[in-house]
Amino acid sequence: MPHKIVAKKQLSQDIFTAEIEAPLIAQAGSPGQFVIVSINNQYAERIPLTITDADVRKGTIRLIWQRVGKTTAELSDLQVGDEIANISGPLGRPTRIENFGTVVCVGGGIGSAPLLPIAKALKDAGNKIISILGARSKNLLILEDEFRRISDELIVTTDDGSYGRKALVTEPLKEVCHRKARPDRAFAIGPALMMKFCAEVTRQFDIPIQVSLNTIMVDGTGMCGGCRVEIDGKPKFVCVDGPEFDGHKVNFDLMIKRLNAYSSQEQQAYEHYKKFSRRRHGDGPGWTTDNG
Amino acid sequence: MRGDNITTEEQRRQLLEELFEKKKAGKLTPAERFKIPPQPMPEQDHNDRRHNVNEVALGYTETVARLEAMRCLQCKNAPCIKGCPVQIRIKDFVAAIADGRYEEALDIIKENSLLPAVCGRVCPQEVQCQQTCTVGVKFKDPTKAVSIGRLERFVADHGLAVAGTATDEGPGTSLAVAPQTGMRVAVIGSGPAGIVAAADTRRAGHDVTIFEAFHKPGGVMVYGIPEFRLPKAIVQKEIDTVAKMGVKIICNFIVGRTRTVDQLMNEDGYDAVYIGVGAGLPTFMGIEGESLIGVYSANEYLTRANLMRAYDFGKGADTPIAHPKKVAVIGGGNVAMDSARMAVRLGAEKVNLVYRRTENEMPARIEEVRHAKEEGVEFRILQSPKRIIGDENCHVVGIECLKYRLGEPDESGRRRPIPIEGSEFTIELDAVIIAIGNVANPLIRQTTPALAFNKRGNIIVDEDCKTSMEGVYAGGDIVLGTATVILAMGQGRIAAAAINEYLARKKETAKQPTDRR
Repeated sequence: MPHKIVAKKQLSQDIFTAEIEAPLIAQAGSPGQFVIVSINNQYAERIPLTITDADVRKGTIRLIWQRVGKTTAELSDLQVGDEIANISGPLGRPTRIENFGTVVCVGGGIGSAPLLPIAKALKDAGNKIISILGARSKNLLILEDEFRRISDELIVTTDDGSYGRKALVTEPLKEVCHRKARPDRAFAIGPALMMKFCAEVTRQFDIPIQVSLNTIMVDGTGMCGGCRVEIDGKPKFVCVDGPEFDGHKVNFDLMIKRLNAYSSQEQQAYEHYKKFSRRRHGDGPGWTTDNG
Repeated sequence: MRGDNITTEEQRRQLLEELFEKKKAGKLTPAERFKIPPQPMPEQDHNDRRHNVNEVALGYTETVARLEAMRCLQCKNAPCIKGCPVQIRIKDFVAAIADGRYEEALDIIKENSLLPAVCGRVCPQEVQCQQTCTVGVKFKDPTKAVSIGRLERFVADHGLAVAGTATDEGPGTSLAVAPQTGMRVAVIGSGPAGIVAAADTRRAGHDVTIFEAFHKPGGVMVYGIPEFRLPKAIVQKEIDTVAKMGVKIICNFIVGRTRTVDQLMNEDGYDAVYIGVGAGLPTFMGIEGESLIGVYSANEYLTRANLMRAYDFGKGADTPIAHPKKVAVIGGGNVAMDSARMAVRLGAEKVNLVYRRTENEMPARIEEVRHAKEEGVEFRILQSPKRIIGDENCHVVGIECLKYRLGEPDESGRRRPIPIEGSEFTIELDAVIIAIGNVANPLIRQTTPALAFNKRGNIIVDEDCKTSMEGVYAGGDIVLGTATVILAMGQGRIAAAAINEYLARKKETAKQPTDRR
């Protein structure tokens, strides 16, 4: 059953979002869960993408992705009305949502996308939300408005100082942890290295932190084990045991190395695609939909 | 003409003619049948096949198949049938092949088995029908039994070639479907058990939908068993047959996530559910270094290679796979052989198969072991890894192994492997593939509270494959642990019969109150 793209928008140079028909997943999905996408029925690879939002009434889910390789580039080249051959899910365990008190939510780059539904649900559960969004520079920052709407406090950082505060997200995180009204819990989603350092910071303050891991996957249902990570020294499968884990127990160094296991082949496939792909549409900054 | 020096097709044809004349006259004696040499399976040269993924066994020609079929003594008690998990009328289909009545032979098989082209290739006949074959017993050599599997494959392939699909309209009634009953059946998983359960319940006139988690149907036949042993085109034809019968197949649908069993029954209007979700989670050894880069579960390695066709990476396939030069495969089953032989084809210079018992205890089929050896896989028996060694970049560089000896038999009846203290040694490697089995996937268990499971996580069923939940049946690896295609098919068939009976009863009780009014 193919999935039609009903709306699409370019969020920054390499970050895209789309609303896609997937009624069953929209209905079954909860914050923290993801889908596996493969764009054709020939031999396209299967990649995991987190569900950013769902509209049960319209039967759509919203995905956000960054153009980093062949499959994400192909996805970016699809237009409204085009179809994605395969989307399966929702996969993984949903986030445990409860009223913790004050929660600090740290989103780095594309990681803000999976963080948004979690922060929303935490807000709805009565938590006070302090959000920290970080990006390399202003044009890579996404979802600022959405986070502003649901946050009691929003701190924006950029690595190069082109917008917000010139800092890494760990700096304001440390300050927030230092406050008298200490946060009761932290969530961090972003590049593995960022999550590692966020975990280091919260460890010093003894504040529990949940991280969502974005490992390589094939089936997403526990069958292959390609996504395994070391949690507290024991192997766990991100697809069925996660994707969220206690950030203080994750072996990030190993995870980062495993993420790069295929980097040269991935690079080769992407270069080849860029060279031979004919469909390289430029998208405007606004949403494109069927209605124009 | 005597059988001993037959090498050319012409000689075979002559011999066949002679024998057939005698047979027609009712004069072919058992002694003469014994003299027909066992017909070898033509195979791709082992040097060539190291470099391609094409099927290794090339299949019998008509002459060869008929000669082989003539070897069958047509025993009255037919021990072969007792050895078959689905009781195919073996001696009858073999007799039909001997006479050249291939369509009839296929119809006989189809009475009991829906997937002859698959089972003819992957069934472990040597421990089933061929183990009990009188001819093999007479020669005290099971490899000299009538090659029932090869004959099954021949006749199935012949049918596929003639009709497009093995059960295409042509002969037989395999595609015939009873009038609509108005009852709906959900089949979870499109592996061998699911396909058979779907076909059999569809035949009874029910509205049947198969739900598959992957983006392609076929289960282990497409993600697990490699192309060189079971071409994917054949699996697809078998699936097309089921679709032609009117079975709906929905992919990318994960029961337990997309919808639960309870939702299927209570909200989506399914009257019965068959669970055939397969073996699930790969087992690791629990030793140091198993998360290093270059350590694969056999499931991952084979799924990348087979389902995602990673051997064509950059030539139409997008999924990468490692191309290690020195590989160790841990395990001694068919999956271990498949992994080792796939590694050979992906360019490994040295493939070690590390197994902690001896070749006698290996669960793999004899033929797979032979093929692996011919292709240069080095068997390291009575050894097992103690830890996996990595470099500073977390890449595998070797395994430290212990040597083993065999002790007393354990609960599996096989002699228990005992490590020899102080026997550590190291093998240099750049990849390790772990093929030591699977445990049940917990997804259905976690989301179906009313379903009873055993300690190992397998669904508990009765002799009709009925579970603890009314209207829910299960079979295949999720019930049996790790089994074979044919055993899974057998359970699919039993469950389908029970579902058909259950639904007939349900329809009857649904009618009764109205009748009485």
